[in-house]
Amino acid sequence: MDIKVNVREAPGDCYVIDLSGEIDVYTSPKVKDAIGELIDRGVYFLVINLEKVRYIDSTGLGVLIGGLKRVREHGGSVNLVCTNPQIKKIFDITGLVKIFGIFESEDAAMKALV
Amino acid sequence: MNAAVEPSDKELVELRIPSRPEWVALARLAAATVANRLHFSIEEIEDVKLAVAEACTAVIQHEGHGEFIDLTCEALSDLLRIRVRDSGRHGLQRSEAPNMNFDEARIAGLGVFLIRTLMDEVSYDVSPQTGTDLLMAKRLGVPGH
Repeated sequence: MDIKVNVREAPGDCYVIDLSGEIDVYTSPKVKDAIGELIDRGVYFLVINLEKVRYIDSTGLGVLIGGLKRVREHGGSVNLVCTNPQIKKIFDITGLVKIFGIFESEDAAMKALV
Repeated sequence: MNAAVEPSDKELVELRIPSRPEWVALARLAAATVANRLHFSIEEIEDVKLAVAEACTAVIQHEGHGEFIDLTCEALSDLLRIRVRDSGRHGLQRSEAPNMNFDEARIAGLGVFLIRTLMDEVSYDVSPQTGTDLLMAKRLGVPGH
């Protein structure tokens, strides 16, 4: 069990964080660090790609909520790319679909950021 | 030729893990394996995995938790009963977590909400002497929400 985190710069002063694997109480600190490092550098527009995430729990959701809260303090935004129905279901039943922009493709998520 | 192995009327699986984050994956894998034996759907198995992980995580993130978490999965013909116990001093009683900030408490609440939403029956008992004892069950073919 592990999480792979890849951070890449995208056009328009935003960054994409690609996550791959499982986000739980053990791996979520790694995701939190990646998001936190970008925000500390002044990056407030993020796309977090969850297409290759197989599993997420409340600690993972908490990290994403924490990141969103921080960027919003600076007028920024976090959009998610999510195609896994099981992951989508978790966002749905927790009501987080209302606070995150959740998109089927990275292009759509990027376009909706600005 | 291999004949399919069907579960007997009742099967019991017990697992003890250290109360540390790196072991939660094993607990959810064990619960998923038992759910699969009962022929739960993929969606139901994912529900069970998440509920078990949330229960273990709630124990681990709580100050005063015990050294181990005991997971018991009881497979009946169309019912999976799961028990998550720790021998800590406080367990799921969030109001007794002095070092938990507001955001952390909200996320912990999200975990309990997920357990209640994804499982068909949930109850838990918390006592300072015996720690947390969480019981939950899921029936075959009943959607999680």
